[in-house]
Amino acid sequence: MTAALALQGVACTFIARHDPGQRYTAVQGVNLTVGAGEFVSVVGPTGCGKSTLLNVGAGLLTPSAGTVQVFGQPLSGINRRAGYMFQAESLMPWRTALGNVMAGLEFRGVPTAQAREQAGEWLRRVGLGGFGDRYPHQMSGGMRKRVSLAQTLVLDPDIILMDEPFSALDIQTRQLMENELLTIWSSQRKAVLFITHDLDEAIAMSDRVVVMSAGPGSRPIGDFTIDIERPRDVAEIKVTPRFLELHAAIWDVLREEVLKGYQQQLQAA
Amino acid sequence: MWKWIKPRRGNLRIWQLLLLVALFGFWHLMTAPGLVAPFMFDNDSQAAFFFGEPLKMAQRIWTWFVTDADIYRHLGVTLAETLMAFAIGSVLGLGGGLWLALAPMASAILDPYIKAMNAMPRIILAPIFSVWFGLGMGSKVALGVTLVFFIVFFNVYQGVKEVSPVVLANARMLGADQRQLLRHVYLPSATSWVFSSLHTSVGLAFVGAVVGEYLGSSSGVGYLILQAEGSFDINTVMAGIIVLTIFALGLDSLVGHIEARLMTWQPRSGETEKL
Repeated sequence: MTAALALQGVACTFIARHDPGQRYTAVQGVNLTVGAGEFVSVVGPTGCGKSTLLNVGAGLLTPSAGTVQVFGQPLSGINRRAGYMFQAESLMPWRTALGNVMAGLEFRGVPTAQAREQAGEWLRRVGLGGFGDRYPHQMSGGMRKRVSLAQTLVLDPDIILMDEPFSALDIQTRQLMENELLTIWSSQRKAVLFITHDLDEAIAMSDRVVVMSAGPGSRPIGDFTIDIERPRDVAEIKVTPRFLELHAAIWDVLREEVLKGYQQQLQAA
Repeated sequence: MWKWIKPRRGNLRIWQLLLLVALFGFWHLMTAPGLVAPFMFDNDSQAAFFFGEPLKMAQRIWTWFVTDADIYRHLGVTLAETLMAFAIGSVLGLGGGLWLALAPMASAILDPYIKAMNAMPRIILAPIFSVWFGLGMGSKVALGVTLVFFIVFFNVYQGVKEVSPVVLANARMLGADQRQLLRHVYLPSATSWVFSSLHTSVGLAFVGAVVGEYLGSSSGVGYLILQAEGSFDINTVMAGIIVLTIFALGLDSLVGHIEARLMTWQPRSGETEKL
């Protein structure tokens, strides 16, 4: 079976805009695959190029070296089969919640009435049925994330890329959102590439957790299969013995990298 | 007693009105011959000569609007010039701003010229426009356009440059092509900046029209003022200025209403409702 998303030997080197001699290699020699319907999380110390990898997978960033394949096809330009949920605020502030969810359908030429209906349906599914006419600034951070989720999922992408989507939320809202995402995911079974700095979240949600080394030139150094049964509840799962076991094993690999990354940041400062 | 007349939100308008009455009252007292013994001038009609008399101005305005009803033609000309200058300047500014913001090379090449044209005191172009476009409305519109264009241009340019890269990347991921990005991301973002400059640009369109008329024309409120000035008719000059001010205020509040209608998506601070 072909993987939904396959990165092969990917490297990304950035050149400083004002000083072309200054180079920074964020990631190097990255091999990463996400199977169809698989939920893969990537964890790693800050600044290890997790977001860079996601941008490569989305087609927003062309890698300096290596290839990206989407369902066996080499990727060029924007990845049309992927939906991307950003870490930062990504809603269009001049559109209402409904307008934002509709946007992708409109861009794809879906008739307005049909787009409105589908968007409304997805808003209801993320629990915002009555908030369609609100503008982003009139909603709370958690509600905006839900709109983002609906905006991404209404297009029915085969691959969902998520960049620390819930990191800005408080812990309660976050657990609610994580459970909601798992419910939606288990009914649709999309390939998910989930970036997070939170190991608990990674283990609780995923089929597989990939650990990245500290930058520069970071690459995957650990790959753990999470064999905990589904359906899961992200809050309850965290006290099960298997979770703690996996957590200890992954943290063992991760801890050293986190310390290394921290040291590098101290030196740079 | 003081509790009722103390300035607060509710009686703001009354206080504003009182201030206006007081201002004109003071003006009348100081200028009307025979009311106050002259203390700056040699005789008591000189103050009226230099500063005009509010009552005579009011009379003048009354004859303009009611008895003779001959100002409407001039007002119409001035307003038409203002609106045309505003519309043409805004469209050109919007187009130019969008183009240069999205074409970095063109913007790099044109950069010094745009800076030069903006730095130039453009009012001085008025005589040239009179030669090019004649003494009719064309030259006034042209002057207003040069004033409005740069305001809108710089705001649109800024607006496009400040589009959040995340919102942009998100729209691209949602499948927007270049045209859709322009229509659904750049344009809305730029218009919020245009609207924030709208008050200034409408005001400048008005300035362009009046200054243009003042420098040479055969109609318009600026022309009326110029004529009155030629015969030292200070009351008519002041009356013209008052009429212009009232219309400028009217235009400004119109813009405010349009802005409030179109910009509902923008956050306003402290937007709560008292129950």
